[in-house]
Amino acid sequence: MCGLGGILNRYGERMSGREIIRMSCMMRDRYDGRGGGFAGYGIYPRYAEYYALHLFFRDELAKERTEELLKDRVAIIKDERIPMRRVKEIPQENIVWRYFVEVPHRFSNRREYLEKEEDYITELVFTINDCIDGAFVASSGKNMGVFKATGMPDAVAEMYRVEKYRAYCWITHGRFPTNTPGWWGGAHPFNLLDWSVVHNGEISSYGTNKRYLEAHGYKCRLLTDTEVVAYLFDLLVRKQGLSLRSAAIALTPPFWKQIERMPEPKRSAFTALRMTYSQAMLNGPFAVIITNRDTMVGLNDRIKLRPLIAASSDDCVYLASEEAAIREVEENINRLWAPRAGNPVIARLDEEVREEVIH
Amino acid sequence: MEVPLRKAKVSREGEFVVVDAKGVHYRELNELINELVERGERKLRLLNVNGQRYIADGLRCECYIEIHGVAGDDLAAFANGPTVVVYGDVQDGAGNTMNAGRIIVHGSGTDIIGHSMRGGEIFVRGHVGYRVGIHMKEYREQVPVLVVGGTAGDFLGEYMAGGRIVVLGLERLETYPEIAGEWLATGIHGGAIYLREEVDEDRLGYGARTEKLGASDRKFLKEVVGEFCRLFGLEAEEVLNADFTKVVPKSHRPFAEMYSDAKEG
Repeated sequence: MCGLGGILNRYGERMSGREIIRMSCMMRDRYDGRGGGFAGYGIYPRYAEYYALHLFFRDELAKERTEELLKDRVAIIKDERIPMRRVKEIPQENIVWRYFVEVPHRFSNRREYLEKEEDYITELVFTINDCIDGAFVASSGKNMGVFKATGMPDAVAEMYRVEKYRAYCWITHGRFPTNTPGWWGGAHPFNLLDWSVVHNGEISSYGTNKRYLEAHGYKCRLLTDTEVVAYLFDLLVRKQGLSLRSAAIALTPPFWKQIERMPEPKRSAFTALRMTYSQAMLNGPFAVIITNRDTMVGLNDRIKLRPLIAASSDDCVYLASEEAAIREVEENINRLWAPRAGNPVIARLDEEVREEVIH
Repeated sequence: MEVPLRKAKVSREGEFVVVDAKGVHYRELNELINELVERGERKLRLLNVNGQRYIADGLRCECYIEIHGVAGDDLAAFANGPTVVVYGDVQDGAGNTMNAGRIIVHGSGTDIIGHSMRGGEIFVRGHVGYRVGIHMKEYREQVPVLVVGGTAGDFLGEYMAGGRIVVLGLERLETYPEIAGEWLATGIHGGAIYLREEVDEDRLGYGARTEKLGASDRKFLKEVVGEFCRLFGLEAEEVLNADFTKVVPKSHRPFAEMYSDAKEG
């Protein structure tokens, strides 16, 4: 019974981590202390043009080996230890470091081969996670970062000083793992480039989704089902250019009996998406919040087996596993509702939040 | 920076014991409620409730509990007698396996409201979520009743074994205007659902069928819808002046063939 929370300031105004920590604390009885985390967007304005790599190293050797690889592949603009407090609840298992990097021009040939700079960074992330023992990339987007560990979210926030960062979009997760191990890398949010995902539930289609993603060059190495959600959004939206609505139709499509009832040309469009992306379809009970640099999306499985509440005020859009978490931080709610199963709630900078009706 | 938990502030206003629940952990709040009830207090007013779970769970007395704020998961689960009035919303599982008593919700509710309910009444003024009334049951004079003013999500009355659910559809959602969602009454094998609208058979789940309303149904609706309207200040005559659909089980063993060769007699 994990707990999720998210806040997006529609006008891009940055807020300290205090609200998201309070939201998380309101749902403390949903967690068991084996994973907590936060992702903030807009936290590194001075280095906004560089990829911010947050890394966990088990030891100095893993750090040295990773830095050798980084120096070979990218230009490191700045690197530093992520400032952390000691908290008694969380043993310091890892060296936690951040690198602001860019893809230098001398790799232009390689960049052409890989088509896009973002694919180059993706490959770098997979190489580190896959090939360097004891090194793990927690996040790899621009002007954002993931702060996570094995522990209760409030202790994780205390450890990383989350309240000192300012972001226009925050998400949080408290974990209650039931069938995969609790480890720092297995805490949520899961991230790739600007995509971050927090998840409550299980992706029972994990095997099919994983094979589909691996055929498209992704590597699933994090010992948990959630990472496929981040990679599927990256593949469908960033690489293949689908709208968030179409991506949601692919991932949580209506049932065939519902598609059969649709008028044309809607029926053909839904049929095509469902057939094309049959291996991307997410099954099992879940609620997820997916974010990137300008968007926050909430999505439930097709038969609504996990809780998710959406709300908006004049300035902010909220998503959470429990209404109480939203009420804790926002007194002036204009609208609060439980989105329909399989309908994505899409909040974007400078736009009104909307629930896309696909079910 | 953990958000600190607070102690409950207790005061008295006439017959009411007033508890300020702001920031109070559910365990402490519920221990306090049990203690007050054991001491013989029969009227409690809980202020600033926000998501505390299990309020009024297992209470075995006819006390009156007013909740101001959002009642957390499993409100009044296993309750046997109390009247709980919520001025706000309720989260998942309100009335779970409730045996007797009343829950009156002025806001909306989410999923599995009335889960396995076996007696008592729930009145929700707003909307409710998915799987509401799942596995409600009845036994002799124990017939639970759940009345919803707005709409209900998918799987309403799933595996329902008894009791009565009434959905009035007085307000509709923009994103899904139907009075109740898909797979309505899937696996129903007892009890009945009344919807204040005509509903096509093809919207029903496996094992459900519609039936014409009889005189006893009209009498029942007059009573419970009348009570709903009295509670929330609505005009009963207007609300009752509509076509209702009654959804009932096709048989009391819808999955008989799935588990054995035994056929319905």
